[in-house]
Amino acid sequence: MGLSNVLKLHFDIPANDFVSAGEASSSVKKTLSQLGIAPQVIKKSAIAMYEAEINAVIHANGGTADIEIDQDKVIIKIQDEGPGIPDLDLAMQEGFSTAPDTVRQMGFGAGMGLPNMKRYADELKINTEVGRGTTVIIRVNFA
Amino acid sequence: MKVKELSDIIDGRVLTGEVGLETDVTGMYACDLLSWVMSHVNKGNAWITVHTHLNVAAVALLTEASCVIIPESISVEEATIKKAVQEGIVIISTKLSAYEICCRACKAGI
Repeated sequence: MGLSNVLKLHFDIPANDFVSAGEASSSVKKTLSQLGIAPQVIKKSAIAMYEAEINAVIHANGGTADIEIDQDKVIIKIQDEGPGIPDLDLAMQEGFSTAPDTVRQMGFGAGMGLPNMKRYADELKINTEVGRGTTVIIRVNFA
Repeated sequence: MKVKELSDIIDGRVLTGEVGLETDVTGMYACDLLSWVMSHVNKGNAWITVHTHLNVAAVALLTEASCVIIPESISVEEATIKKAVQEGIVIISTKLSAYEICCRACKAGI
């Protein structure tokens, strides 16, 4: 890619659809692989995005994912119009979860989604408003 | 060790055809919490899980697991198998428990 080139991708994250949950992350992972990005960077991006994608499915009736890839980073924006997060500090704690039992039975809802995003993103921004929705912005640097 | 050899060692039945059987197995990982799996499975690991829904294929793909092993003859949804085949993910079914799978893999040098 040239210096001015930014590759943009857009995905809709469908509501309550565990069947296709993970499709967007898988697709971004493939794109990063094709661009020759380092495997460790791809892993960080894929895990952080997958967690955000799953959260949108579980908690917010889905949403959208917008990805921007330039020569030195990937920015992943997951946006939903769900219930918002009332206490973000609490939600960031490992093990804290508000996921319903049905979702836990599938192996989700361990309270590791947001902590995993924080661990694997080089920068994590969360804008959330109760009743309006949540936007998660994940930046992963290539070097 | 290749996926195919591991499958034989654990009396496994490959549900996903011929794809991926020559991949090297770099280790074993047994866990059912998907977030935990996402952050701890290393590339090439054989992942043992009782989950059989579609997201198993997504998690295996994202973590680059060499294969997914479903223990204790738990039946796997057709949609999951189809998705795994599409993505080149190997799913192996065995009657052994997760513990027995690990014991045999360990004996075999993994």
